[in-house]
Amino acid sequence: MKIHEFQAKGILRRFGATVPQGKVIDDPAQAGPICEDFGGRCVVKAQIHAGGRGKGGGVKVASSPSEAERLAGEILGMQLVTHQTGPEGQQVRTVLIEEALEIDRELYLGVTLDRAAERPLLMASRSGGMDIEEVAQSDPDAILRELIDPLLGVLPFQCRRIASGLGFEGGTARQIQSIVSSVVAAYLETDASLVEINPLMVDSKGDVYALDAKMNFDDNAMFRQRDVAELRDVHEENPLEVEASEHGISYIKLDGSIGCMVNGAGLAMATMDIIKLYGAEPANFLDVGGSASQEAVASAFRIILSDPAVKAVLINIFGGIARTDRIARGVVAAIDELAAEGTPVEVPVVVRLEGTNVEEGREVLERADFDFLVADGMATAAERSVEALGG
Amino acid sequence: MSILVGENTRLIVQGITGREGLFHAMGCRDYGTEVVGGVTPGKGGSTVEGFPVWDSVERARRVSGCNATLIFVPPPFAADAIMEAADAGVELIVCITEGIPVQDMVRVKAFLRGRDSRLLGPNCPGLITPGQAKVGIMPGHIHEPGNVGVISRSGTLTYEAVWQLTNEGLGQTTCVGIGGDPVNGTSFIDVLELFAEDDSTEAVVLIGEIGGTAEEEAAAWIGEHLDIPVVGFIAGATAPPGRRMGHAGAIVAGGKGTAAEKKAALSAAGVLVVDSPAEMGARLSEALGR
Repeated sequence: MKIHEFQAKGILRRFGATVPQGKVIDDPAQAGPICEDFGGRCVVKAQIHAGGRGKGGGVKVASSPSEAERLAGEILGMQLVTHQTGPEGQQVRTVLIEEALEIDRELYLGVTLDRAAERPLLMASRSGGMDIEEVAQSDPDAILRELIDPLLGVLPFQCRRIASGLGFEGGTARQIQSIVSSVVAAYLETDASLVEINPLMVDSKGDVYALDAKMNFDDNAMFRQRDVAELRDVHEENPLEVEASEHGISYIKLDGSIGCMVNGAGLAMATMDIIKLYGAEPANFLDVGGSASQEAVASAFRIILSDPAVKAVLINIFGGIARTDRIARGVVAAIDELAAEGTPVEVPVVVRLEGTNVEEGREVLERADFDFLVADGMATAAERSVEALGG
Repeated sequence: MSILVGENTRLIVQGITGREGLFHAMGCRDYGTEVVGGVTPGKGGSTVEGFPVWDSVERARRVSGCNATLIFVPPPFAADAIMEAADAGVELIVCITEGIPVQDMVRVKAFLRGRDSRLLGPNCPGLITPGQAKVGIMPGHIHEPGNVGVISRSGTLTYEAVWQLTNEGLGQTTCVGIGGDPVNGTSFIDVLELFAEDDSTEAVVLIGEIGGTAEEEAAAWIGEHLDIPVVGFIAGATAPPGRRMGHAGAIVAGGKGTAAEKKAALSAAGVLVVDSPAEMGARLSEALGR
């Protein structure tokens, strides 16, 4: 799960990190007085989840309250396009008005899981503002790394090593040690999957601020992070993906024309891959879950078919514990249900069933009123789906 | 022969009084696994479907002499269940539970260091030695005893591979699902080492997916240590970067963990990589000259 910059800064402040003063608004008229409070200069920052907001025109400096109002008016409501949003962009619904600080140095600070080491990894670099992945590519030695002991958290000597490694001493070094410790504590205690301060800023007086902040969280831990879960902004998510998750379905919209319905994430990816091998593009990733119940299958159909780009559907089910005859009945019932609702399935549906009770499952499909294209292996299923596109 | 589970396996099920736990305890028993009972805290002393229930793994082990456990405990309590089993000294811990917080697994891995238990999973289908023991949720009937070892990060995609092998007349020594989470117990390399030492395993099918570097590490190990045929498939060639494809671990992040990189690493190590998931069985058959 992702959250907005201002929300991440709120969490970090709670853990003792220094962040610039700021307020979130959704009405441009509120920008002027806030800018006034900040001494007549401020930064107006679009709040969307995607990165690259600055380059897309979503972050602007105002040198007067009236300019702040004008800029906030321009940014609020705009479709902000960045390298992460796709060409349609993301609508800006709120902006953060922050005090404008004198930047002397920009650094990078981040915490994420090191999968190979199976521990959180703290990273820091002198190249703030840059994409850490680019730094890792061009100059891997420029990244300072500290593995975090999951039982102990970050240790004081590690904080000191980061501060001196970044080239600081005295009061600024102590402030960096403190913010490192805050960032790691926030990561561990909120079940974050990523905390990134980019840039971490040092001003002309040597004071340290988290100028930007990004936090992602482990969806699996939200049951014990109620405060964090409440920060979810569904406006930032694809509505179909939100609907799917409410039915226990894992769905990701893609750009192709063959809708996929599969049980199991690995098999779902493999099904997408084989569609591509046969010369077409998958319209989505969709895992109906282990049981592939009738209710889940019907929801999956509705979700797949609400994408107008879908010209054929490929159902690939390997019945393990879930019996394929029961799944076939679920598919047929879902199709009948959709027809009864006045939204019949009008695209070709290729079904590949395998596993427990497969003979009975295929009989169910043959007896149904709907004309399924039944295939007996993944390759045939992919081939027939691609053919169905042409017909 | 086989690895990890076989005729000597004495299994308990943690979470045996839950719907899934009981269903699969019966499924394993029906397959022929010796399921000696189960654990649900607070329900010790009762019996379900002929299985004795104990309050703790420690007690279950003392009374039943179990050497393996299959965990169906819900995500908030699953990490504790794993650590309880390790503390009791159970040799093989198989955790089916999907949705355990990553930080719980990070702590579990720290807890397991220096202990003798092996953890498989979480978020995995378990493992099976055809004809001997099923310790998991896979459909038993698609398997046949034989000489191919199967290792996978997926569930139903593993069934797909096994089914192709069985249809090619290639039976299996043991099929192991290591799970789709970013932090898990047993790695590809751990299982490959066991297959390398197992005389009856004459070939391996390895099924990976996008995310992390486990397949690359496995490739390096295969290149140096394994001289039997290995067929490999990596799911997710068409997955967009930055999106989690169902499994918590299946995500291309920071330009790392793409299918193309993994396939290249495996090919370089001599693995017979197939681009089509429909050709895993046929490719191995061809390599074995069948």
